[in-house]
Amino acid sequence: MAQTKEKVLFERPKSLSDKPFTYCPGCTHGVAHRLIAETLDELDIADRAIGVAPVGCSVLAYEFFNTDMLQAAHGRAPAVATAVKRVHPDAIVFTYQGDGDLASIGTAETVHAATRGENIVVVFINNAIYGMTGGQMAPTSLPGQITQTSPTGRNVETDGYPIRMVEMLSTLDGVALAQRVALDTPAHIREAKRAIKKAFQNQIDGKGYSIIEVMSTCPTNWGLSGTDAIGWLQDNMLPYYPLGVYKDVAAKGDAKEGATDE
Amino acid sequence: MAEKVLMKGNEALAEAALRAGCRAFFGYPITPQTELAAYMAKRMPKEGGVYLQAESEISAINMVYGAAGAGARCMTSTSSPGMSLKSEGISYIAGADLPAVIVNVMRGGPGLGGIQPSQSDYWQATRATGHGDFHPIVFAPSTVQEMASSINDAFELADTYRTPVIVLIDGMLGQMMEPVELPEKKEKKAKKPWAVTGHGGKREQNIINSLNLDTPALERMNIERFERYKKIKAKEQRVETYLTEDADLIIVAFGACARVSRTAIDKAREAGIKVGLIRPITLVPFPVDAIEKVVDQTKAFLTVEMNMGQMVEDVRLAVAGRAPVEFFGHTGGIIPTPNEIFEQVEILDKQKGGEA
Ligand SMILES: Cc1ncc(C[n+]2csc(CCOP(=O)(O)OP(=O)(O)O)c2C)c(N)n1
Ligand code: SF4
Ligand SMILES: [Mg+2]
Repeated sequence: MAQTKEKVLFERPKSLSDKPFTYCPGCTHGVAHRLIAETLDELDIADRAIGVAPVGCSVLAYEFFNTDMLQAAHGRAPAVATAVKRVHPDAIVFTYQGDGDLASIGTAETVHAATRGENIVVVFINNAIYGMTGGQMAPTSLPGQITQTSPTGRNVETDGYPIRMVEMLSTLDGVALAQRVALDTPAHIREAKRAIKKAFQNQIDGKGYSIIEVMSTCPTNWGLSGTDAIGWLQDNMLPYYPLGVYKDVAAKGDAKEGATDE
Repeated sequence: MAEKVLMKGNEALAEAALRAGCRAFFGYPITPQTELAAYMAKRMPKEGGVYLQAESEISAINMVYGAAGAGARCMTSTSSPGMSLKSEGISYIAGADLPAVIVNVMRGGPGLGGIQPSQSDYWQATRATGHGDFHPIVFAPSTVQEMASSINDAFELADTYRTPVIVLIDGMLGQMMEPVELPEKKEKKAKKPWAVTGHGGKREQNIINSLNLDTPALERMNIERFERYKKIKAKEQRVETYLTEDADLIIVAFGACARVSRTAIDKAREAGIKVGLIRPITLVPFPVDAIEKVVDQTKAFLTVEMNMGQMVEDVRLAVAGRAPVEFFGHTGGIIPTPNEIFEQVEILDKQKGGEA
């Protein structure tokens, strides 16, 4: 019998289950999941990881990550994660939240977990829309953006302005890392992975609250193909939401001493 | 026997919770439950537990969800307006079958209401603690001693039946000082193999969750939960009766109202009126068996409450038309006096005595 030598070049991260994703074709939720799962594997922390799923398209994240998981009420993931981490300080606790979840209904929970400096990781999927409920205006929808509930485009006179979450959170002394990344190009995806890994490393090192805002697509509710959605993200979202590190105490000193990035 | 100490109700409850093994407390300031949280803030760190003042009651109850899911014996306390904010989280706790204890030291409502004692959250506690098909177990202690013992029972039943348990207290008991014998420290912990702790590479993942998109499966879960409620109803009704054996009038009252009713009953007995007291210690399950036991001999029931008449509906359900059920109460922080209750008993006695 002829023997072939096989070399595995690419496989499913161990921290992901074999359940097929329920995300639409071209949606970047799946990419973000993969980056987190790879990180859990590489840092060898899956066995003590506890994730908190939001309400949103990623509500079923507990099906996809095979670590211990909780599903939280809409917006409350940071409060849930706070308690889990306080009860099990040695566990690695992360939340995964959309923009409606994190920056609208759960704004108070987000800000206060951050300012308390909870030693958790928050992965924030900003797709500028309420994906799960069918494409309503989100706190992060752009000025002029047409959605189901802003049919003539977001009017800042009546609907107000989008929230730049990591900028806002970076002003808080409790925050260790606040960074915005995107999933539009291979280079950006690699950068996103490095950021997520740094966030988890911060938790391992006891540095405190780390949030990674991940600029993502929702081709379905944007009414675009997967590729066009990437283009729309690049042309419209990235200018409004500049990528970069807004705060990193690992680079500059201790969060608790009130160091800022500037 | 442990010695008795003089303590405020709220503080006795907090100390008893710590002795029952409560190791996580999440609160938000509101009168009249403040002493409870303050006591926890002082004592919990010494027990190596988690004390955290949350940014709101919404956050506090979701922290309870997280801590309970993580396997900790945990609780929160609040007063009426805060209870409304907790209702979302309580529904999730019920939906995820988590054990947790929620204390409501009631004040007058609706809205901001007032800060004086009240029992106006009876309906909320027994009917509307959150959306969906569920109900918690509800304790209603009436002495400082019972506040201490019922918190212990609340934790035990929460673990046994994997359900939220509410301890419903009127502001008067929370503030009142009485001698109390505190329970012994509990060392044994309930096993919680379902809790999220990190799987440690030793088992499948644990998931704490109330979502079920498979409709028949969701229905099965609801049916299973109600099977548990049936067991609770059969096994966990708690009640105290006073002079009911020969009574032909029965007062039903809980909490502070039961205390004043007792004084009124003693007075009525001196006046030759045969009146007794049924005091529910659990409001859910409602002590229907105790009512059933006396219903045939009773000419009339009277509920005494600090609200516009809420528990009276449960008494009517239990009596099922076999006797008249009247209501007397006050709101706004006014506690019914023994004399007022005595007058009501006299009126009832005159009306019903003639009919017999
Ligand atoms: C209390 C509450 N309000 C509203 C909803 C309905 N709801 C479900 S998902 C969602 C928005 C999710 O949007 P986002 O957080 O941006 O996540 P995405 O689906 O875009 O990933 C809303 C409003 C809910 N489940 N609970
Ligand atoms: S609706 Fe949008 S966010 Fe949700 S899975 Fe589909 S593409 Fe992704
Ligand atoms: Mg969204």
